[in-house]
Amino acid sequence: MSSGAELTSQEYITHHLSNLKVGEGFWSLHLDSLGWSVFLGLVFLTIFRSVAKKATPGVPGKLQCAVEMVVGFVDESVKSTFHGKNALIAPLSLTIFVWILLMNSMDWVPVDLLPHLIHWVTGMPLGDIYMKPVPTADPNITFGLALGVFILIIYYSIKVKGVGGFMKELTTQPFGHWSLYPVNFILETVTMLARPLSLALRLFGNLYAGELIFLLIATIGVFQLPVHFLWAAFHLLVIPLQAFIFMMLTIVYLSLAHEDH
Amino acid sequence: MDINMTLVGQLIAFVVFVIFCMKYVWPPIIGAIEDRQATIADGLAASDRAAKDLELAQEKATAQLKEAKVQAASIVDAAKKHEAKIVEEAAGKAQVEKERILASGHAEIETERNRAKEELRKEVAVLAIAGAEKILERSIDAAVHSDILDKLVAEL
Repeated sequence: MSSGAELTSQEYITHHLSNLKVGEGFWSLHLDSLGWSVFLGLVFLTIFRSVAKKATPGVPGKLQCAVEMVVGFVDESVKSTFHGKNALIAPLSLTIFVWILLMNSMDWVPVDLLPHLIHWVTGMPLGDIYMKPVPTADPNITFGLALGVFILIIYYSIKVKGVGGFMKELTTQPFGHWSLYPVNFILETVTMLARPLSLALRLFGNLYAGELIFLLIATIGVFQLPVHFLWAAFHLLVIPLQAFIFMMLTIVYLSLAHEDH
Repeated sequence: MDINMTLVGQLIAFVVFVIFCMKYVWPPIIGAIEDRQATIADGLAASDRAAKDLELAQEKATAQLKEAKVQAASIVDAAKKHEAKIVEEAAGKAQVEKERILASGHAEIETERNRAKEELRKEVAVLAIAGAEKILERSIDAAVHSDILDKLVAEL
């Protein structure tokens, strides 16, 4: 609770859940979500690229060891699920895992820290500062990622099975009789659409809920400190788990797209 | 939920980041890892081979050591035999020498004794003549009686 007595808890939470927004309607941009997302993506790529440039098969440095641990973990996850040959899936999984991990980690930043920092530096009144620093608690970000994965699912389905093969897969199962093909098509389409939807909503839901609870905790006064600590410690599980689930499901969906029935 | 252009922005960033990762991040790192794995596998295989080689070399060394011991023993044996032979030869030579020296000593002694005997005989003859002269109390013509004296000398 920072802005004084004039804000009720509800107003405080609503304010903290509002994005820094430019533009109107559909043509608006969430500068905070997208900015943090791109910044964290660049952090990931900068660190990993600096290791990649100096990567030696000899004795590795400490940073290289750490990066290799992540790369090895992702590589193993990909190899245990996806058995084809595809140069895209492993780097895709690495990007998804590390990037989402970093974006989720923004949940640990105390909810009032960034607004107060901006207030302190720029002198803007706190009521005018909108800063929601957890990109994955913004459905635009999670749907953006899921849409990218969905496009790849469609692309590889058609590339591996052909348009005919893909349509056949959508219509001839689960029911074998021709009269039920329209029903099949509806069922399979729903299944297909459920994949990106579940990817995006699972990640968004978990992080949005986490953020909301952090905000609720911030409204309870001095007892927020131990409670906040417990909730942050609980996020030690949530944050990597959600990143891992997103990566793993991406691999599974893409390996299903490669399977020819 | 407020879906807007942020989604498109995120999608573009996603595509760009994945392509960058695929081109410039993943291949060098996974390449380094796989190279190192190959190197380690080679190293392990080499160390296995080296251990086997070492075992073989130890066996060979043991065998050679054994052979060397046998050879050394035979050389020592031969040397001992040779030594015995030399000692024997030297002993034989010494015996011969000893006998020769003894024999020459004996001969010398014999000659000396004979000479002494001769001298003694002569002196006895002189003494005998002197004694006979004394007994007869007159001089005897040595020339006349020399045959008697000679006979006497020969009997001594």
